[in-house]
Amino acid sequence: MSQLPPGLAPRLVAFCEELRSEGVAIGTSEILDAFAALDNVPWTREEDFREALAATVAKSQEDRRVFELLFDRYFFRAAESEALERGIGEHRRYDGGDGLNLEELREAVRQAIADGRDGEMRDLARLAIAAFGRRGEGSGVIGVDVQRIRRTLGLQSQGRPTEPGDVELDREQINRFERHLRRELERALIERTEKLPPSRPLAELDRALPTSPAQDLAGVHRAVTQLKRRLATVGHEQRGRRRGAVVDMRRTMRASLDTGGVPLRLKYRPKHPRRPEIYVLCDVSTSVTSASVFFLSVLHALHDAFRKLRSFVFIERISEVTEVFERERDFRAISERISREGGVADVSGYTDYGRVWLEFLEEIVDDLGPRSTVIVLGDARTNGREPHAEVFKQITERAGRTFWLNPEPKLYWNYGDSVMAAYERYTTAAFECWTTRHLEAFVNVVAGGTPLVEQG
Amino acid sequence: MAANPEPGSVAEVRESLGEVGYLADEPAALVAYLAQRLGKPVLVEGPAGVGKTELAKAISRATQRQLIRLQCYEGLDEAKALYEWNYRKQLLRIQAESGAEQADATGWDAVHGDIFSEEFLLTRPLLQAIAATEPVVLLIDEIDKTDQEFEAMLLEVLSDFQISIPELGVIEARTHPIVVLTSNNSRELTEALKRRCLYLWLDYPEVEREMEIVRLHAPELDERLARRLVEVVHMVRQLDLKKPPSIAESIDWARAVLLLGADDIDASLFARTMSIIVKHRTDMDLVAERVGMKLGGIEGLEAGATG
Repeated sequence: MSQLPPGLAPRLVAFCEELRSEGVAIGTSEILDAFAALDNVPWTREEDFREALAATVAKSQEDRRVFELLFDRYFFRAAESEALERGIGEHRRYDGGDGLNLEELREAVRQAIADGRDGEMRDLARLAIAAFGRRGEGSGVIGVDVQRIRRTLGLQSQGRPTEPGDVELDREQINRFERHLRRELERALIERTEKLPPSRPLAELDRALPTSPAQDLAGVHRAVTQLKRRLATVGHEQRGRRRGAVVDMRRTMRASLDTGGVPLRLKYRPKHPRRPEIYVLCDVSTSVTSASVFFLSVLHALHDAFRKLRSFVFIERISEVTEVFERERDFRAISERISREGGVADVSGYTDYGRVWLEFLEEIVDDLGPRSTVIVLGDARTNGREPHAEVFKQITERAGRTFWLNPEPKLYWNYGDSVMAAYERYTTAAFECWTTRHLEAFVNVVAGGTPLVEQG
Repeated sequence: MAANPEPGSVAEVRESLGEVGYLADEPAALVAYLAQRLGKPVLVEGPAGVGKTELAKAISRATQRQLIRLQCYEGLDEAKALYEWNYRKQLLRIQAESGAEQADATGWDAVHGDIFSEEFLLTRPLLQAIAATEPVVLLIDEIDKTDQEFEAMLLEVLSDFQISIPELGVIEARTHPIVVLTSNNSRELTEALKRRCLYLWLDYPEVEREMEIVRLHAPELDERLARRLVEVVHMVRQLDLKKPPSIAESIDWARAVLLLGADDIDASLFARTMSIIVKHRTDMDLVAERVGMKLGGIEGLEAGATG
């Protein structure tokens, strides 16, 4: 139907190449599919173009997220570099508006955001940048400027109405405007310096789990809901299979009565998925503040999936919180109650791993057995205190399996006051855990599956 | 519509889906369109109850093709999905043969050729779809429930649209079926399967679109009430529930509200009809507390709870 314009094909291949470098598995057949699909949609409509491309190359939600991040960046850069090459500057439509009233601008922006009109938002973003630039507040750092402009325009999400009578804006819409701001600032920068900033790989952080408390808890929860479902069905896929099944003699003999005593049909024993007893110890100190929100919600998810689960939180001392999790359904209430009555901070508020091991061992020494799995969530930063690795060793010897989830990238292990190495050698396995992928790899292991191959 | 098997544009697909009662959003319409143009299977993923299966049904209605459905479950095997020989009938045939002409030595050869013919073949959904003379829509529902071996078997069907039966040879598709696979994402599907499919992620619709959907299925509901209802459903979905309400449940709820003749969704109505959208004991407590409060009036809630 519509043929792709010449010059787009190599760009597309390069785009797929970039997706691959970010860990999206794209085969040649998928690129061919993408071309076939794009032949069938008008390439001039961005929405269609993007969706058709996504449907053929991004085959999971995770991939789709990376796709969205890269798509914007890639084609923006491609357009800009082309413009630079040909020396095309944009016609400056809004530079003249000197008598611009900040109040009016603010109103117009709010209206455009509320209506969700992209074109207008883009124009207003430029206008705002221009107005802002004249006030001499531009810092030259894009991230800083975006925040300053946003504050000047008084863009708040709902909940904190700035003025009565204002249109309510939700966060998603404001974020959209922010993206326009960011893009226009970048464009201005490129035009000024006449060169493209070097292309960087997506920071892992862009793809990492939303962990800081300032961010939406909903994001964490979306990741965890997925996990819950996986946990709930773990082991099920084993059931239908015959391989490795054990013959149930009694039922086989019984069935043989039908065929005159000849055991024609073998009956197998049903396989039971492994349901381990789990002990989770979760560090909630300040050094892992950002991660602990995430960890607590993981703990929450684990509670739904495993019946025999006891959870503990610790900073300087340890405290069992199993009951809190069992009684409360709501995550927010849980984190509040834990911080209120956990009683885990003693004096300093710094983690004391050694003391935690001693207390843990004392409290539950008799319960630990070969069927128990101990999971520690923490960064192993002892703040210079005695790590008591030998006590930890005792725990691991008693328990069947011990896993350690560290919210820090492996690179930072054993730097500063981290004593990860001292503990790591006693664990069954230690994982870095700061993206959903890490978490999934871990869940697979706990549930008795094979560890996923670590990518990147 | 049947005379026009290949749709001309995305808008056309969207419109025809709308005519049969499925309001597709942009990505869904586009993927449905591409599936028909490129003849590739579509893998639809998303939370339960967002209309994945419904999409396949709507495509079948819109294209006036027959829908053949393969519901997957743990332990589903080839005999249930592809084909099976009708042993009993074969046995009867052999017995009838040997009874009639016992002395005839050529009987066996005749019978042998005979009992492995199509007459004795029980066709299961996949074979039905391949062998159909009219173009069909094949829905493979909840593919994530099966095991990986089954997925591997599907590959032959999905990429070449053919099935090999040792006794009969290869059966090739006479027409090109539209294949829709759905998954609740409870297990990661193999790369090989994904590679052969177009991918579509369906999520809960926005308020506006869900309102349209609800009003399409419960046209008597007035707009203000529909908006209120959908907003409440969205509020409920925001909570961390075991089973968030699906689109079908919002429609059911809308119909219930109509039946009750209510003119507003207040706390007491909500408490009485909540069980239509929330179906877990623990979820109900949470929803009653959170959403009931917002709807205003603890008294209303208590009155409803006792009634």
